[in-house]
Amino acid sequence: MTELLRLEGVSAGYGEGQVLSGVSLSLDEGQSLALLGRNGTGKTTLINTIVGVTRRFAGSIALCGRDITRLAPHQRAGAGIGWVPQERNIFRSLTVEENLTAVARPGPWNVARVWEMFPALERRRTNLGNQLSGGEQQMLAIARALVLNPKLILLDEPTEGLAPIIVQELLKILARLFREEGVTGIIVEQHAQKILAITNKAIVLERGSIVHASSSEALRDNRAILERYLGVSDRKPAR
Amino acid sequence: MSNVNVPHLLLSRHRWRWPEIAFWLAAFACLLMPSKHLILNEIAILALFALSLDLILGYAGIVSLGHAAFLGAGAYIAGLFAIHVNGDPLLGLLAAAAACGVLGFITSFLVLRGSDLTRLMITLGVALLLGEIANRAAWLTGGADGLQGITMGRLLGLFEFDLYGRTSFTYSLVVLFVLFLLARRLIHSPFGHSLTAIRDNPLRAAAVGIPVKRRLIAIYTFAAIYAGIAGALLTQTTQFVGLDVLSFQRSADVMLVVIIGGAGYLYGGLIGALGFKFLQDWLSALTPQYWHFWIGLILVALVLIGRDRPRRLLHSVQKYVTNRWQSLTGSKAAGSSTGGA
Repeated sequence: MTELLRLEGVSAGYGEGQVLSGVSLSLDEGQSLALLGRNGTGKTTLINTIVGVTRRFAGSIALCGRDITRLAPHQRAGAGIGWVPQERNIFRSLTVEENLTAVARPGPWNVARVWEMFPALERRRTNLGNQLSGGEQQMLAIARALVLNPKLILLDEPTEGLAPIIVQELLKILARLFREEGVTGIIVEQHAQKILAITNKAIVLERGSIVHASSSEALRDNRAILERYLGVSDRKPAR
Repeated sequence: MSNVNVPHLLLSRHRWRWPEIAFWLAAFACLLMPSKHLILNEIAILALFALSLDLILGYAGIVSLGHAAFLGAGAYIAGLFAIHVNGDPLLGLLAAAAACGVLGFITSFLVLRGSDLTRLMITLGVALLLGEIANRAAWLTGGADGLQGITMGRLLGLFEFDLYGRTSFTYSLVVLFVLFLLARRLIHSPFGHSLTAIRDNPLRAAAVGIPVKRRLIAIYTFAAIYAGIAGALLTQTTQFVGLDVLSFQRSADVMLVVIIGGAGYLYGGLIGALGFKFLQDWLSALTPQYWHFWIGLILVALVLIGRDRPRRLLHSVQKYVTNRWQSLTGSKAAGSSTGGA
C-alpha cells in the first residue's frame, strides 16, 4: 500500500509551551488510525499540528511524499487534509448546504453523495448552522470535511457530548466511511472501545509521546496497555 | 469546477422574494418623480457606495474608515478621463473601475494584516494619503478649487445630462441595479458563502480549506471597483470633483449609512442611503446648524438597539405579509423562513 502520511520527530505546542515530543508515525492509504490517550496527553495537539494550527518546534510532516511542514492550514487542506475539529466549528450564519458549498472541491465526494450518507442533513439543508442539534452539527462537520475530497480525514473526538443513540449512529457512519468507502483517517477518542472496533491501527499517547503502537485488534486484546494508559478495566465495579 | 449542485443551491436562498421585487419596482417608480431626481441621484450613488462598503464589512468583516479613498479615486479618474481622453460616460465608468480595481488590489495587502483596529488605521491612512496627494497635485486635480471643466458626452450617444437630473438619476439607478445584481450573484455563490465563513471565524475557515487571504483580496478589490464606479457616477452627474470626495467625512457617512440600514444583507446600504439622505434632509430643515447632533443621537440609538434590527424588521414584515396573503387566499403553501435577501 502507498504511504499517505508520515510524521518524523515532530515536536509542537502552543506559544512557548511544548506539548508533543518527537512524535513519529506513518499511515498508508485506506488505513484508519485510532489516536488514544487520557485527557491532556496531546491527542488534539497532534491533530492540530497535522492541520497546521500549532507551533512546530521540530520534525517534518509529509503527505503522499510531499513535505507539507511549512504549508499554511488552507494549503494543507488543499493538499488533501480534511479536519473535523473538536468544537465542530460550524459556520453558524450559513445554512447546512452553504456550509458545504463554501469549502467544496472537485472529487467523488459531492453534496449529493453527502446527502446520501447523511439523510438527516439533507432534511435540514436550508437550516442555519446555529439551528442544528449537537449530533447534526457533528454530521455536518464530517460532511464538510468530506466535500473537500481529502486524502486524509482527521476527526477530533467526534462523539464527545453526544447522546448514546447519536453516538451509535455516528459510529456506524464512521465504520462505513473507513471500511466500505476506503477513507483514510485518524480518529481521536478518549474511549478506546468505541473506535478500536472500526479502525485498523492504533497508537497511544502519554505526555506528548507515543507509548504504544499496534493494530487496533492487538490493542483491544492488550489489557495491560489499556489499563495502564487508558484506564480501561475488565473488572466490574463492586456493588 | 466543483461537483457542487450549484443550480439547486441558487434556488434556495438565491431566489427572488417579493420584498426585493417590490423594492426595485419602487426604486424604478421613482423615475416618475421628476422634481426629486437630483436628490434621488445622490441617494442612488450613496447607495452604490454603501453597497460597496457592505460587501467588505457585512460579508468579509473588514472594517474601513477610509472607503472614500476609492470613491475619490474613481471620481478623479472619471473627471480626468472626461477632460483629457474621452467624454463618453460609460468609457469613463470603465476607466474609473479599472483604476480603482488596481488601487484596491494593491491596498488590499495592507488590510490583510492585523486586527480591526489596524485595518481602521490603515484604511484611514490610505484615504488621508490620497486626499493630500490630490491637494498637492493641484496642476492635475485642481487642488482645493476642485477639478473643473468636465464636460460629459451624451449617454449612449443619445441622452444628454440635463439640469434636472433626469438622465443622471436614470443612469445612476440602472448602474446601481446592474451592480446590485452582480453583487447578489456573487454573495449567493460558494465564493460569497466562504466570505461569510471567514467573517464568522477566519482561523477556522482557513483550517477547513478556504484560502482566506485570497478571498479577502478578491472582495476588497471588488468593493474598490464598486466604490470607484460610485465616484465616477458622482463626477459624471455633477461634472465637478472637489477634495471632499476623499475626506474622512465621506468615509464616516458611508459607515453611518451601512449602520442605519444594517450590514450583511445587501439591502442595508440601499435602505441606509435612503434613510440617511431623508434624515439629513429633514433634520437640516429643522435645525440647519445642529443636524449632526441628531444624526449622532440616532447613530447611538441604532447601535444600542442592534445593527441587525432593520434586517430583522424587514424579515418580520415579509413573514407577516406572506402569512396574511396565504390566509387570505387560503393557500397552504409552506413558506420557508430561513432565507434572507
